[in-house]
Amino acid sequence: MSKILMKGNEAIGEGAVRAGCRYFFGYPITPQSELTHYLAKRLPEVGGLFLQAESEVASINMVYGAAAAGARVMTSSSGPGISLMQEGLSFLAGSELPSVVVNLMRGGPGLGNIAPSQSDYFQAAKGGGHGDYHMIVLAPNTVQEMLDTMGNAFDLADKYRNPVMVMADGVMGQMMEPVDLGGDVRVEIPPKSWATTGMAHHAGKNVINSCLVIPEEMEELNLKLEKKYKEISQKEQVCDEYMLEGADIVLVAFGLVSRICMSAVEKARAMGIKAGLIRPVTLWPFPAGFIGKTADKTRAYLTVEMNMGQMIEDVKLAVCGRAPVYHYGRLGGMVPDVRDVLAEIKNLHEGDAGR
Amino acid sequence: MKKVFSRPRSLKDVPFHYCPGCTHGVAHRLVAEVIDELGIQDNVIGNAPVGCAVFTMDYFDFDMISAAHGRAPAVATGVKRVLPDRVVFTYQGDGDLAAIGTGEFVHAAVRGEKITCIFINNAVYGMTGGQMAPTTLLGQKTKTTPYGRDSEVNGYPIKVCEMLTPLDGAAYVARVAVHSPKAIIQAKKAIKKAFQVQINGLGFSLVEILSTCPTNWGLTPLEAVKWLDENMIPYFPLGEYKVPPAGVI
Repeated sequence: MSKILMKGNEAIGEGAVRAGCRYFFGYPITPQSELTHYLAKRLPEVGGLFLQAESEVASINMVYGAAAAGARVMTSSSGPGISLMQEGLSFLAGSELPSVVVNLMRGGPGLGNIAPSQSDYFQAAKGGGHGDYHMIVLAPNTVQEMLDTMGNAFDLADKYRNPVMVMADGVMGQMMEPVDLGGDVRVEIPPKSWATTGMAHHAGKNVINSCLVIPEEMEELNLKLEKKYKEISQKEQVCDEYMLEGADIVLVAFGLVSRICMSAVEKARAMGIKAGLIRPVTLWPFPAGFIGKTADKTRAYLTVEMNMGQMIEDVKLAVCGRAPVYHYGRLGGMVPDVRDVLAEIKNLHEGDAGR
Repeated sequence: MKKVFSRPRSLKDVPFHYCPGCTHGVAHRLVAEVIDELGIQDNVIGNAPVGCAVFTMDYFDFDMISAAHGRAPAVATGVKRVLPDRVVFTYQGDGDLAAIGTGEFVHAAVRGEKITCIFINNAVYGMTGGQMAPTTLLGQKTKTTPYGRDSEVNGYPIKVCEMLTPLDGAAYVARVAVHSPKAIIQAKKAIKKAFQVQINGLGFSLVEILSTCPTNWGLTPLEAVKWLDENMIPYFPLGEYKVPPAGVI
């Protein structure tokens, strides 16, 4: 199959269609607009529905209803819109409804801007909404992976009956890269005997609910969720490594920034500095297992993020004090420059007592 | 002997948690009777609100979804768009529908969403302990309007049926009450019509049911019925505000 040139936003849309998603509910926001434009055209071609809601609050609750009805369904947004969806995400987690939410992150806080950012890491990986819950969070770093990750996102959502967030940023949504669409698409959507489709369509009465007023019953649900999250954490941690062989300075970066870090690592290696890169592909569960195993061989870690230092907390937990962990970040929609990342690596290599 | 009265099949044989004199139970029963009579128990999906009716999922004997506060019309939209041949309804109180959920029910009506909203207006927040609702009458004392609702501070009670009437997507809009046998018979007719409008694919339907809340009104059940008649009905006139053209249902 020959490759075609696609924008990241379009690749997410096509990936969703190829994953069997037939329902999209959303509200306009930059920089994810092309995703909605793409699906507004594409979904009717495959008998699906694109519905523009009156707000992100309504969008996520339409997702909740469609998921309760057993459909593969998604929404997408950015920054402020994702903030408005937090109540709904908590409900999706509490009611265990499989669904996929895409966040093309932009500069914040507040209205911020429409430039790329990774400042919603905490919101996605640590909760965001109320209550004890986790979303599975996936962070692709190429347009090809943005396409491919959608199938994985829907499969994980169905497998664990859990909301899944796909995180990228404004640049990744806008940038074009060649994409291989692959061969024939065969999607197997598992049967959903729990879905509220009407009693004529399943055994007994189905209820979708997260309201358990008796604390003993609510704790039981919490324990069930905790068990599920532990299983996900054990089975689904994914990361990529780049030039990690013999590395004593290990960069940790996800999404767009990991691409910049690959260049910085190459340049550092050319200068004789043993640098390498770990790229978390799943932000939750965080690949703490793999990172932890590198701690004894690593002199120092450097997380590079488009935020004030959010993922660094998870790297520190994984390293558990066995090596120093530093952070380099650009903020407010600014993208790290390869030269600046390289300078940070050189500082660490040269002893870096002053940090 | 011939059995002439029994519990609707769509209602479970469990005691309601509602306070004495509360008319939620009457409204539940009417919805269940209509669902039985239309023969749709196996193809209906209900959406419960946040508020006193949060436990409707335990009372109705068909598939139920618990929605976030105010969001039931959006949730119902998601269900109906995936399952257009099912009957989907919401059951919401005045705080749920007419305050926090104003955007959701209005835009469901704007879209002509083929769902039915059963809207319980008892002029007060019940579950949280008697605070001012968007439908609380001027001068009415609640826990958060201890001196009576003052229009200078809190504005005016919201008239949901009147708001919906000009919207093209709203196919059937009616306001009824459940404070007397006569009113209850009329309420049931309106609920049935609202579901028929949905089944016939005509658009959005909503039935506002004026209800009592003796506990939070600080009245006896009998006084509450009288208060509804004398205070709520003059401000919220009963009737069909929007009906489909003759002959379509």
